[in-house]
Amino acid sequence: MTATTISRRTRRRRDRLRNLAFLSPWLLGTGLFFLYPLAATVYFSFMKYDGFTAPVANGVKNWQYVFEAYPFFWPALRNTLWLVLVVVTLRVVFGLAVGLLIVKIKRGAGMFRTLFYAPYLAPPVAATMAFAFLLNPGTGPVNTILGRLGLPQPGWFNDPTWSKPALTLLALWGIGDLMIIFMASLLDVPREQYEAAELDGAGALRRFRFVTLPNISPILVFAAVTGVIQTMQYYTEPFVAGKVASGQIGGSGQQVEPGYPDKSTLTLPQLVYNLGFQRFDTGAACVVALVLFVLAMAFAALLMRRGSGFLAMED
Amino acid sequence: MHRFQRMATGATAAVVLAFVGSACTGSTTGGATDDPNAETTITFWHGWSAPSEVKAIQDTVDAFQAEFPNIHVNVVGNITDDKINQALRAGGSSAPDVVSSFTTDNVGQFCSSHVFADLTPFMEKSKVDPTATFPPALLGYTQYQGNQCSLPLLSDVYGLYYNKDDFKAAGISAPPKTLSEFKADAIKLTTPAGDSYSQLGFMPNYHGYESTVSHYAALWDPEYFTPDGKANVASDPALAAMFPWQKSMVDALGGYAKLEKYRSTFGDEFSSRNPFMTGQVSMAMDGEWRAGMIDDAGTNINYGVAPFPVPDDQAASYGKGYITGTIVGIASTSDKQNAAWEFVKFLTTDTQAVVNFANAIHNIPSTFAALKSPNVDQDPHFQSFIKVAQNPDSNTTPSSPNGGAYQLTLQDVGYGYESGKVTDLQSALQKAAEQIDTDIAQAQ
Repeated sequence: MTATTISRRTRRRRDRLRNLAFLSPWLLGTGLFFLYPLAATVYFSFMKYDGFTAPVANGVKNWQYVFEAYPFFWPALRNTLWLVLVVVTLRVVFGLAVGLLIVKIKRGAGMFRTLFYAPYLAPPVAATMAFAFLLNPGTGPVNTILGRLGLPQPGWFNDPTWSKPALTLLALWGIGDLMIIFMASLLDVPREQYEAAELDGAGALRRFRFVTLPNISPILVFAAVTGVIQTMQYYTEPFVAGKVASGQIGGSGQQVEPGYPDKSTLTLPQLVYNLGFQRFDTGAACVVALVLFVLAMAFAALLMRRGSGFLAMED
Repeated sequence: MHRFQRMATGATAAVVLAFVGSACTGSTTGGATDDPNAETTITFWHGWSAPSEVKAIQDTVDAFQAEFPNIHVNVVGNITDDKINQALRAGGSSAPDVVSSFTTDNVGQFCSSHVFADLTPFMEKSKVDPTATFPPALLGYTQYQGNQCSLPLLSDVYGLYYNKDDFKAAGISAPPKTLSEFKADAIKLTTPAGDSYSQLGFMPNYHGYESTVSHYAALWDPEYFTPDGKANVASDPALAAMFPWQKSMVDALGGYAKLEKYRSTFGDEFSSRNPFMTGQVSMAMDGEWRAGMIDDAGTNINYGVAPFPVPDDQAASYGKGYITGTIVGIASTSDKQNAAWEFVKFLTTDTQAVVNFANAIHNIPSTFAALKSPNVDQDPHFQSFIKVAQNPDSNTTPSSPNGGAYQLTLQDVGYGYESGKVTDLQSALQKAAEQIDTDIAQAQ
């Protein structure tokens, strides 16, 4: 009896160890690359830490500084939220529209697929510099054409009113990733559902509303959630666009203005860099990183909740 | 199942705590107990990357090793600030002993956090008198609150570039010496063309490349901080005079919007499409490197160089300008600080080494002796900058513990004021002073 109990215990322990061994890559990865950085970020957000000397606890001073005294925080938060709402919405709508168009095209679909997908492969720095050249208010071909047509010529990356719309255009130009996943999901919609709807007298709009949308809704939610996370991390494009348009490369000992023009291209990830690596204020940088984390979680949770409700309703 | 979850959570928490705990350790300070006469190898990090620059620094290192055969130098080039900060933080056997950086704005942090060793004891031991060796402006940007944790390794000096052909066509016989002469010349050299220009005398906007708040302000020699480290920008007469002067230039040359639109037609600052090199502007505030770039680009622009004009009520100080440059320091984590000091001393104070390096990379020598040396490049353009560097009124921006954030705060005031969004300058400067004090308090 005792021997049986011991052997059962040993077996259970072995099972647990085996399970733990199977889980260990995940545990290690999640611990090292998610839980540890997250815990460290929370920890340092309450510390005075310049990256060189030992951290010293300073209560909520970093939080107060970021929310009340750091002049770049609120403009950056507003810009980030603007980009999340506008860019993500437009990218999903535009990506779906392009996907729909390409699956309908009978001839030349391959060429259009390539044309729409190729910009996505362009490195972000090169793509942004090309856009800054095209949209240059003084010498760019876009404004030259607009001028010839007698249309207004915006300042694009040099004008705080137009800089975010210009970034939106850049994001829409690189729509290839969403186009591909939407195309795949559209081609996966069962044909017989369209035929049944057509027999029931549904027009194109009603077929889209009651057949296409319910079938691709998981992909829509996926595109929206990943879009929100990507846009929250938006760094390279606004940074390069602002730098190129401002003309301030930054010579020896020279400070580079963040968010040109007039802080309109400033995003939260740029603040993390500015505070952490230019001002040596790791604590305040961690506060901004945590704000980003909370916002990304909130948006993702909201979208997942809305998405699951949408799916349940359609089912 | 629950026990397994608890085990997994416990293991994860242990891993996290271990890492969080290890992250809290700070860097230790190294001691200077090594024997500089012993056979040793030090590591030197620098940021130069162009082949000619890399060769020039290697030649300097070779000259050092010929003099100090027992100290071997492991040279690592093309190092960025982020890597420097990481290495200074971590220390270790592969970390640098000697570090040079182009970012003078970081000196305040390097000194206040003591990641760079204080060089004063080394200088005293070697009988190097810093005030007799280096111009005061250069000592200004290499120390913070009395801690001389770095030394200047060549400098960048700003002056006026002017197009001689444009001057001749406009009937201007000599470069301007006062700001009122400068303004009159800039207007004379400007030819409007509709809502743009066929030629602009000078681009005064703060985004006009080197025409920044701090570079302009040097003409008035401002006191950015009070002796106790508080922001002085709201009380300083220099800044109160500089901002309106710049705004008057903007208004006189066509207004902010028109100038900004014209500015967007400029090519990259550090390319052959620089507006002074293409003839889009007739005068420019720029550093000594521009002359080398003009020569290298093979453009046939007929240009001259002079000190930048000074305020009319300070005409006697004509010849001064803004100075910044590269800095070099010793990592406090280094356990070979005495050997490292021999190298730093050679790099920064050996006249022939400084002159050779300056000539090779077209930068301005950083010691009084090297500035006077007959071996310095005698090109007249280069010599104009040498004179600015020697001028006792030439000045710089002081270091701060937060990467020079106060300069951005002042730039912000400038952008608002030049564009007309800010009309009450005194109130804007008062707010800027409060912001600077808050930012510094956060950094300390």
